[in-house]
Amino acid sequence: MTAPTLASPRAATSTSAGPPPRRSSQARSAWLFVAPFGLFYLLFLVWPVAYMFITSLFDTSLVRPGFGDFVGLANYREMLTKPEFWSALWHTVQFTLYTVPPLVVLAFVFAVLANQVGRGEWLFRLAFFVPFILPSAAIALIWSFIYTPSTGLWNSLQAALGVESPSPVLGTPDLAMIGIAITTVWWTIGFNFILYLAGLQDIPREVYEAASVDGASRWQQIRSITIPMLSRTTTLVVLLQIIASLKIFDQVYLMTGGGPGISTQVLLGLVTTTAFTDYRVGAASAASVLLFLVILLVTLVRQVVERFQQRKDVTS
Amino acid sequence: MSTSSLQENRRRSRSSGVSAAAPPLGAGPSTAGGDRSGRVFNVVSWIVLVVSAVLWLIPSLWAVKTSLTPNSTSALGTGPILRDWRLTFESYATLLRGGDLWNWYLASAVTSVVSVLLTVVLGSMAAYALSRLQFRGRKLVFLLILGGIMIPPQVLIVPIFQELDVVGLLNTYWAVILPQVPAVIVVFVFKQFFDGLPKDFEEAARIDGAGFWTTYRLVVMPLSKPVIGAMSIITFVGVWNNLILPLFVLSNPKLITIPVGLATVQGSFGQRLSDIQASSILGALPLVILFLLFQRRIVEGVAGSGLKG
Repeated sequence: MTAPTLASPRAATSTSAGPPPRRSSQARSAWLFVAPFGLFYLLFLVWPVAYMFITSLFDTSLVRPGFGDFVGLANYREMLTKPEFWSALWHTVQFTLYTVPPLVVLAFVFAVLANQVGRGEWLFRLAFFVPFILPSAAIALIWSFIYTPSTGLWNSLQAALGVESPSPVLGTPDLAMIGIAITTVWWTIGFNFILYLAGLQDIPREVYEAASVDGASRWQQIRSITIPMLSRTTTLVVLLQIIASLKIFDQVYLMTGGGPGISTQVLLGLVTTTAFTDYRVGAASAASVLLFLVILLVTLVRQVVERFQQRKDVTS
Repeated sequence: MSTSSLQENRRRSRSSGVSAAAPPLGAGPSTAGGDRSGRVFNVVSWIVLVVSAVLWLIPSLWAVKTSLTPNSTSALGTGPILRDWRLTFESYATLLRGGDLWNWYLASAVTSVVSVLLTVVLGSMAAYALSRLQFRGRKLVFLLILGGIMIPPQVLIVPIFQELDVVGLLNTYWAVILPQVPAVIVVFVFKQFFDGLPKDFEEAARIDGAGFWTTYRLVVMPLSKPVIGAMSIITFVGVWNNLILPLFVLSNPKLITIPVGLATVQGSFGQRLSDIQASSILGALPLVILFLLFQRRIVEGVAGSGLKG
C-alpha cells in the first residue's frame, strides 16, 4: 500500500467540521481551498498528458510553432518498426531485470538481519539508506570514477585478483548495463530497506515468542513467520521497484550517455534524444505514450493486487 | 506499515538494550532465554550485516579519500591514491574559490525552498478541503488527484518543456519550481493525516466564529507539524535531486542546479579527478547534513509516502 500512515490511526471518515451551516458557502470555501493546487495539477500534469497524446498523432517539431500536420498513427508505426525503439525497450527491461531481484532480496535480508540483531541501527541506516537521498549526479561521479578503465578501483581490484587486462566496465557493451545496475542497487537499496524495516516492526513479538516456545529455530521462524507476514510489503516493494526501474534515465544519461553505441540506450533516453536532439516532438510523444502505457499497466497490476490482498485480509 | 509503531518499537528495543550483560536483544525473533542456536544466529547475522555495511560504505569513502588527495596523485590511479596519505583540502579550496559551485548551490536552494513552500501550502489546503469540507464533486476531485499518482512526471518532460517555452519561462528558476508543485502524494498524505485528526478543536474554533481559512491556518496546521516536517523534507530532497527537469529547462550556466552542474563536471574537469570527487562530495553534502539533522523525519517521510524515484 502507498497508504501513508504518518498519521495517528485513521478515524471514522466523517467529513464536516462542526455543524454545517450553509452548504453553498462551504462549497465555495472548498473550491477556493482546492483551486490553487488544482490549477498546478491541470497545468503540469493533466495538460502535459493530454498534449503528449495529442502530439503523438502529429508531426510536431520543437523548432516550429503549433502542432504541425496530423499524421494519424504514423509516429507509433515508426516507433514500433524502428530497431532503436525495440533496443531501448529491451535495455529498459534488461535494467529492470538486473535491478529488481537484488534490490528486493538484499533489502529484505539486510532488514531482517538488522531487525534481528537490534543494535547498531545507526550504522546500517548510514550505510544503506544515505546513498538513496543523494543526487544521482553525485552517485554517477563516484561510480564512474570507480569504473575508470584499467586504473580505477574496480579494474585494479580485478587485476589484483589475477584477472588479466580487465575490461572497462562502462566501455564494454555487454558490461555497461551491469555496471549501471550495480550502481543503482548501491544507490537505491535504502528505500526498500526502510520499507522492510517498517514492515518488520509491525509483526507482533508474541508470534515469535510462541514459535520459540514451541521450539522453532530462528531459520524456521523467518521462513514460516517473517516471510509470509511481510508478503504485503514485498508486493509493494516489488511493484514500486519495477515502476522506478522502468523510468531509468539519470544513471544512463550520466554514466554512459546510452553508449557504447546504443548498448545502454533506454526508453526515456530515446524520448529525450528524439525531442531535444532531433527536434521531433511528435515521434518523441509516441515513444512517451508507449512507455507511459507500460508503467500504467504495472501500476494497475499493483492496484489490483492491493485490492485483492485487502479483501483477503478482511475475509480471513 | 505504520511508522508510528516503528518508532515505538525502536524505543522499546533501545530501552531493553540497557541491561548491558545480556546478549544482543533482537526487536524481532525471540531469543527465549538464550538457546545456543539463537545466539549463533545472532552472531552470524551481525557479521554478515557489518561486512555488508562496510562494503556499502567503500564507494563513498573512496570518493572522500580521493577528494583529499592531490590531483597529480589521483591521475595515476588506484595504487598511488591508496599509498599517498598527504591529505590536502586543495580540491575543496579550488571549487569553493570558483563561482560555479556557489551558483549551483544558490539555484538548488532557491528552487527547492520555493517548491517546498508552494507544495506544502497548496497541497495541505487541497487536502483540508477534501478531508473536512462538504461539496459536490469532492469524491471526483479526490479520485482525479489520486489518479495523478499513476503519472510518472519524468515521462512528461517534453510537453512541460514546450509549455514553459510558450510562456517564456525557460531559463528561469520558475521553470524548475512550478512543474514540481503538483505532488499528488503530498495531498494524499495530508488528507490521511487530517482524516485521523480529532475534530474537537476545529469544532470549538468554528463555534467561536472562525472561518475555514482561520481554522485551517490556526488550528489544523499547528497540529500537523510532524506531517509538514516529513513532507517538506521529502519534497526538498526530491526537488534538490531532480536531474531531468532542470537539465532540459535550464541552459544558462549561471542558473543550473547542483545535479545539472555535476553532470557537466566530468567533461569540463578532465584529469582533475580529485576535484571531480570533491565536487561530488560537495553536491551531496547538504543532503547528508539534512539527513543527520532530520533522520527520523526523513525515514518516516520515505516509509510513509512510498515515494520512489
